[in-house]
Amino acid sequence: MAGDQIAADRGAADALAPLAGPVDTVPGPAPDGRLSDVDEWGRSERVRALARLVYDPIYRHWFRAEWEGLEKLPSTGGALLVANHAGAIPSDAPVIVHGIEVERHRAVYGLADFFFRSTPFVGTLWSRTGGVTAHPQNAYRLLRQQQLVLTFPEGSKGSGKTYPERYQLRRFGRGGFVEIAMRAGVPVIPIAVVGAEESMPILFKINGLAKVLGVPYVPVTANMLAFGPLGLIAYFPAKFRLRVLDPVHFDVPPDQERYSKSRIMDAAEGIRLSLQEALYDMLSRRRSIWFG
Amino acid sequence: MGRRALVTGLASFWGGRVAQALEADPDVDVIIGLDTDDPLVELERTEFVRCDQSYSILSRLIRATQVDTVLHTSLVVDSTRLRGRALHETNVIGTMNLLAAASAPDSPVRDLVVKSSTLVYGSTERDPYWFDEATRRSGTARTRVERSLLEAEHYLSDFTEDNPHVDVAVLRSADVLGADIVTPISRLLDLPVVPAVAGFDPLVQFVEETDVIRSIQFVLDHHLSGVFNVAGDGRLPWSECASIVGRPTAPILPPYLAGPFATALSRLGIADLPPELLSLLRYGRGVDNHRLQETGFGYRFTSAGTVDSFAQASRRRRATDIGRPYGHDPDVENFLRHSSAVVRNPER
Repeated sequence: MAGDQIAADRGAADALAPLAGPVDTVPGPAPDGRLSDVDEWGRSERVRALARLVYDPIYRHWFRAEWEGLEKLPSTGGALLVANHAGAIPSDAPVIVHGIEVERHRAVYGLADFFFRSTPFVGTLWSRTGGVTAHPQNAYRLLRQQQLVLTFPEGSKGSGKTYPERYQLRRFGRGGFVEIAMRAGVPVIPIAVVGAEESMPILFKINGLAKVLGVPYVPVTANMLAFGPLGLIAYFPAKFRLRVLDPVHFDVPPDQERYSKSRIMDAAEGIRLSLQEALYDMLSRRRSIWFG
Repeated sequence: MGRRALVTGLASFWGGRVAQALEADPDVDVIIGLDTDDPLVELERTEFVRCDQSYSILSRLIRATQVDTVLHTSLVVDSTRLRGRALHETNVIGTMNLLAAASAPDSPVRDLVVKSSTLVYGSTERDPYWFDEATRRSGTARTRVERSLLEAEHYLSDFTEDNPHVDVAVLRSADVLGADIVTPISRLLDLPVVPAVAGFDPLVQFVEETDVIRSIQFVLDHHLSGVFNVAGDGRLPWSECASIVGRPTAPILPPYLAGPFATALSRLGIADLPPELLSLLRYGRGVDNHRLQETGFGYRFTSAGTVDSFAQASRRRRATDIGRPYGHDPDVENFLRHSSAVVRNPER
């Protein structure tokens, strides 16, 4: 049938929705009968552009984010970005993603707990703005596609810290992030973030309620005391400073079945120490929480 | 000497299509089709054998016909078609009896192709965005159809191990759409407003019905062995599927307690949403299709192209109001198959 033949020709010429390339480009017409620019990870450059528009004033005027060592982020090729994590509802991830997209013009995919994916409305928005669940296979595939992938090895242990524990790095999981970078043959690039801790400090946590609600933790933040219910989303205007550390390359062949656990743990611990050191150095130079 | 093939589930969509494809292949000498019901498609030289649901006559049949190739296309993937025990009988007991017959000491079977489904991977928030053939599912199977398919595949992997002289190919096809197939998903996309779960717009993946048939022929022709995902390239949001079909989506399914709500919808006859489809409408599912492509197979349709193919056929159906072009009549079929009055042309 003629109709089938046309359909087949179209099918053969079909291409995937292009993965996020350089940002700030006008999205062209979608190929092959696709009507949206949502890529295989759920990220949409159009939604990102909108998010950047909304978030830019917060980035520039509220947090007044300032970067050091941005040139250490490669302009092409995959890399696994690891950062310290803080703030009851972490403010660091949007700052890092937005910063790299506007300053380096590269898309960033942020790995997060699957808790986001299962939350209605929030999960869809999170996915369209570049959020991906932190499954090792997702990270590997993204890195193989030469993307920048952001992860917080401390996980919710980092963002669930109370204020007296600020800037004390938690355990870096079980070193899984190093193993993924080794397997994908990409470097790990640590980013030290100062400011997120003070933007939404946790005073204490209600542990029993977290279990009932099925969330990682239920925090009571200083923001809630100051702003009431608005404190759930309103951050304090802490000054953000971000420092990109030297990329860590691993001298191992990619795609091995298994990597030496001791090498993985050594590398993970080394990265944790260098981040901790950078944080102490940045804190010792900081004169004011609010003005940096 | 050509192949002697046995097709299970001849009355199913896949059984009928596969038998038609085999009839067109001059290298296939004999085609025997098995089912509980009459086949629904036009067949020229396939011999139909009626059997019970769990294929208990199989060992006799295989010995008598000396078939060397078995196409197991009777696995039921659509749980709205067969419920409860019947699904278990067909998928699990049917497969068990088939494999018992095919592994008999003097069994002539050398090729076995099974059409399974990516339902074996499930669909949860903990899943990777792309499953490859070796990825384990994230949690235990809760729906009956998924459990039965997993059990059937378990028997198959045992069979593969015990019978190294048989080429066993298991094809896990993604959700299928196309010009003719009717599935719970195609029924949703044919509604005036496409239901969605409020707050979710999952990335779904499809494979076109003709690509599935081609993949079955391909693994048969190349004597491939192993498990293969069969799915179009790429994933797309559920809302975009509705847009391609030209329909709006409506978030009528609540994000919580969607199960009881779906039961009420199906009682009212509005939409049939089995549990495995409800979780798909939350989290979607993606499978890596590289393994089959690396053996040389090429897909004609991507996921989006598959939805487009379905949309074209759906528009054509609505415009012309033509249902199935052929109604099966057993007497006519028997006449065409057996009468000496029928001119048989081996060149075809």
